[in-house]
Amino acid sequence: MNGPLTKFLLNHPSVLAFLSALALFTVFVTIGSEAFGYGFVSTSFVKTLGKTLCFCLIAIAMDLVWGYCGILSLGHFAFFGLGGYMIGMWLMYERTRLIVVEATQNAQIPMTNQEIQDAIGTQIFGVVGGSEFPAIWIFSHSLWIQLALVVLVPGLLALVFGWLAFRSRVTGVYLSILTQAMTLALALYLFQNDSGLRGNNGLSGLQNLPNLEETPQSVISMWFFWASALALGLGYLIVKLIVESKLGNVIRGIRDDEARVRFLGYNVEIYKLFVFTLTAVIAAIAGALYYPQAGIINPAEIAPIASIYLAVWVAIGGRGRLYGAVIGAAVVSLLSSWFTGGQAPDISLGFYTVKWVDWWLVLLGISFVAVTLYAPKGIGGLFDKFSKGDNQ
Amino acid sequence: MIRIIAAFFIAFFMLVLPVSAQSSFQDVAQSHFPNIKRGSVKTAPPVIADIQSYGGDVASRFLQNWQSKNIWYRKSDERLVTVQQLENKSYRLFDLETEQAIGEAAKSDIKQVKPNSGLRGLLGSALVASQLISDDLSVRKASLDSLTRNPKPNHLEPLRTAIAKEKNADLKSRMSRLERLLTMQFDTNTQVRVKAIESFTDDLGLDVRARLNPMLNATLKVSQTEPTDQNMARIITPSETGELPIDKAYSMIVSQGWAPASVSKDAKQKALVEHIQESKVGGILVSDLNTLANRETAYTKLADAGLALQNVSEVQIQEALSKVYFYEVYTEQSPEVVKAAKTTLDSINKKVAFSQAIDLFLDGLSLASIFFLAAIGLAITFGVMRVINMAHGEFIMMGAYTGYVVQQFVTNYTLSIIIAIPAAFMVTFAAGVAMERLVIRHLYHRPLETLLATFGVSIALQQLAKNIFGTQARPLTSPDWLGGAWEINDVISISWIRVAIFGLSILFFLMLWFTLNKTRLGLETRAVTQNPRMAASMGINPDKINMLTFGLGSGIAGIAGIAIGLFAKVTSELGSDYIVQSFMTVVVGGVGNIWGTFAGATMIGFLQKGIEWFNPSNTLAAQTFMIIFIIIFIQFRPRGIIALKGRAAGD
Repeated sequence: MNGPLTKFLLNHPSVLAFLSALALFTVFVTIGSEAFGYGFVSTSFVKTLGKTLCFCLIAIAMDLVWGYCGILSLGHFAFFGLGGYMIGMWLMYERTRLIVVEATQNAQIPMTNQEIQDAIGTQIFGVVGGSEFPAIWIFSHSLWIQLALVVLVPGLLALVFGWLAFRSRVTGVYLSILTQAMTLALALYLFQNDSGLRGNNGLSGLQNLPNLEETPQSVISMWFFWASALALGLGYLIVKLIVESKLGNVIRGIRDDEARVRFLGYNVEIYKLFVFTLTAVIAAIAGALYYPQAGIINPAEIAPIASIYLAVWVAIGGRGRLYGAVIGAAVVSLLSSWFTGGQAPDISLGFYTVKWVDWWLVLLGISFVAVTLYAPKGIGGLFDKFSKGDNQ
Repeated sequence: MIRIIAAFFIAFFMLVLPVSAQSSFQDVAQSHFPNIKRGSVKTAPPVIADIQSYGGDVASRFLQNWQSKNIWYRKSDERLVTVQQLENKSYRLFDLETEQAIGEAAKSDIKQVKPNSGLRGLLGSALVASQLISDDLSVRKASLDSLTRNPKPNHLEPLRTAIAKEKNADLKSRMSRLERLLTMQFDTNTQVRVKAIESFTDDLGLDVRARLNPMLNATLKVSQTEPTDQNMARIITPSETGELPIDKAYSMIVSQGWAPASVSKDAKQKALVEHIQESKVGGILVSDLNTLANRETAYTKLADAGLALQNVSEVQIQEALSKVYFYEVYTEQSPEVVKAAKTTLDSINKKVAFSQAIDLFLDGLSLASIFFLAAIGLAITFGVMRVINMAHGEFIMMGAYTGYVVQQFVTNYTLSIIIAIPAAFMVTFAAGVAMERLVIRHLYHRPLETLLATFGVSIALQQLAKNIFGTQARPLTSPDWLGGAWEINDVISISWIRVAIFGLSILFFLMLWFTLNKTRLGLETRAVTQNPRMAASMGINPDKINMLTFGLGSGIAGIAGIAIGLFAKVTSELGSDYIVQSFMTVVVGGVGNIWGTFAGATMIGFLQKGIEWFNPSNTLAAQTFMIIFIIIFIQFRPRGIIALKGRAAGD
């Protein structure tokens, strides 16, 4: 295994460059963290960086499905959110269980399992007027099953949806609208109180890991940061391996001329389905790492607008080059949170003060139009001069 | 002798005069003072009759005051007055007849007349009777209104008297309807009631159903012998999942004293806790009591030892239940009335269901026309030109805000709407043309990127609207003649705004169809759509046509914005609420022609209302299921309901 991989890395220095940059960044943040270093990077900023890495991971997935395969999916945040919900179910169940058990420790008679279950149910679902566990929570007691579901549920949804869509040859903008409809349908469904996932309250308190009450958030945030960095590195490597293989050639061929690839004898639908499902799974893993850092997940997270922003990141970063997606996601999401967080200094024009909280989206919208019109290759296009032949 | 006669005469006159002259109301009231002061249902009727026969405002005013405990009397001379409390806690007294102040008194010098509730009811119906036959039409109307709101059995008689006297036809029919309503509820004669009930067979009014339903109320009873009550509704068998759970049924038997009480879960737990000895209960370790079976064993041991009440087993409960009958008896005494109420209610419900179906149809139609309006502009830009315009929703929003701005300057709502419609068209037409020139023109060969670029425009426009108009909703007020609803009967009603939107969407449909199929512009548009190069060689300027078509589609979005703004609040998110549904409408209907959009809007509108009908409390679920349905629908007709054939269908 080591042989071919080394060869691959030598043939593609950009991968090595990316991975080393990521490793350096991780080491730098670790040294700067409050838990393991000198503390010039605050815990909340570590969380922001960790979340940004998750965004970069889903941007890579988006780049594979859109930039390489030509499927403009406007629904990948549905998979991201589902991944978050799956891990969130375990986190919420287990923590509530521990709280319930602790609260009833001094009862004169030990509680039956059913009574414990009921108490947890009341704790979790009281806010939506319920106390019974819905059927979808059946595995929530088991971390391992929920971890498997993080991959399985979004994967299965993508498989079924993709199969239906590709089978009937829905392509282009129709497919984009259909994926948008999918994520809207899911969001609307989850907004209901009887959806079994607490309606618009969503799942909360996810930043508290069960059995680790003593561990400070500064340490936990670093764990998640490392996990996110590892996932991003692995995701980058895997996707790069795919796009540089023969499979990658077929995928690019489908993007450029689907009919021709079909006439050459390839089963286009299978390839598209593979890419769609794989990227959904990557998105779900990114979501499962993101939401414990964010602490809360609710259906608004998977509203269609989120998935469109994902397309914006990838387009600004530059499609069809993985590092472009990473740069786009990192730059735009960090800038967004900087500008909308009220930290950016306002610009006074004398007669009018430009408040960035109000004007950032206008600027983003206009720059997005400009990038689409004048720099279709995005920021990543600038690097093309330095690494000719490595991409596309 | 003469003196004696004279004295007699004088005495006679002194006695008779005050009575026979009927000089003032005060005297009439005063003459009944003892019965007013301590009035009862028995003694009051002649007093009320006497006061009513005096007539006039003063009489009914007195009865009203009497009823509402506003009559007082002065202790010193027992004079009846009305009072008003002053700031220094003393009271000002008023004459009953003239309503003039006649002096002031301390609280201790006067006393309130407090009729009991029975008497107040009597006074109420007396008042009703006098008001119902008042000469003043508005008084009669007001009294009938208050009667309709809160009818009492003793209103029946005065109402019947009033009907006989009533001249106003409209009021008379209202009175007689209320009379029938009261008759069916309160009359003592069964036959009369049945007749009144049957007269409502065709009436869909809510009040009728609200009075008929309680007649079919039934109370649950239990008996040890087979029930023979002829007014019985039905026999119920208790079951764990049914309407009468075992627990409840058994507790009914227990409350009758026919079976020993079962020990509740809490009581068991309490008994177990009380008898913990050396961390054991009934020989079982306390730490092992975390299963129900162990708790049961421990409790049984306690009971056997006489430390707790003997528990009743499942078998015993079943046995006790099998010995008795549970049944429901109608609270209404007369079986004939129950039967008539049942048949009438059934017939009404059938008619209500039919009306509801029509109402649902109208709702669907109205929703379909809203979707059509929102999507028709998109059908042109997306359908005809194959350009995805994600900012279409923001054009709808711009139209709505234009309407709002116009209303700030033109305060006459009718006039402002008339100005706003062309204004909105012009604003969004200009915006559309600008966007086509600046952005879309460069992207005709890259449709997916049009989607992204127009999305950029969309977020910029949305944020701009937020910066200019703020985040709170702005009202777009409809003119008065569009207020209210068209009520066809008690069930079917549709607001006039929705009727107007329906009319507007039909108008748009016809206009667009005409423009695209019968005019030069339409011909050229279709030519450019199908083959721009060929069209260009025929002398058509594709650039100009694209620009005009895009402007037209955007302009229509602006007018749709006014229509939508009239019933929804105008916010910066107004457009994004409709954008996905609009795309769905176009895609489902079939891209490239207006008939397709028409079919798509109809299908989606009716579908959503239909799904909502199955689960009325949950419009979110309806939308979810609708989208899932559409995704599946696309499987079978990927090109929509009305698909173009031939070369034009190519991507």
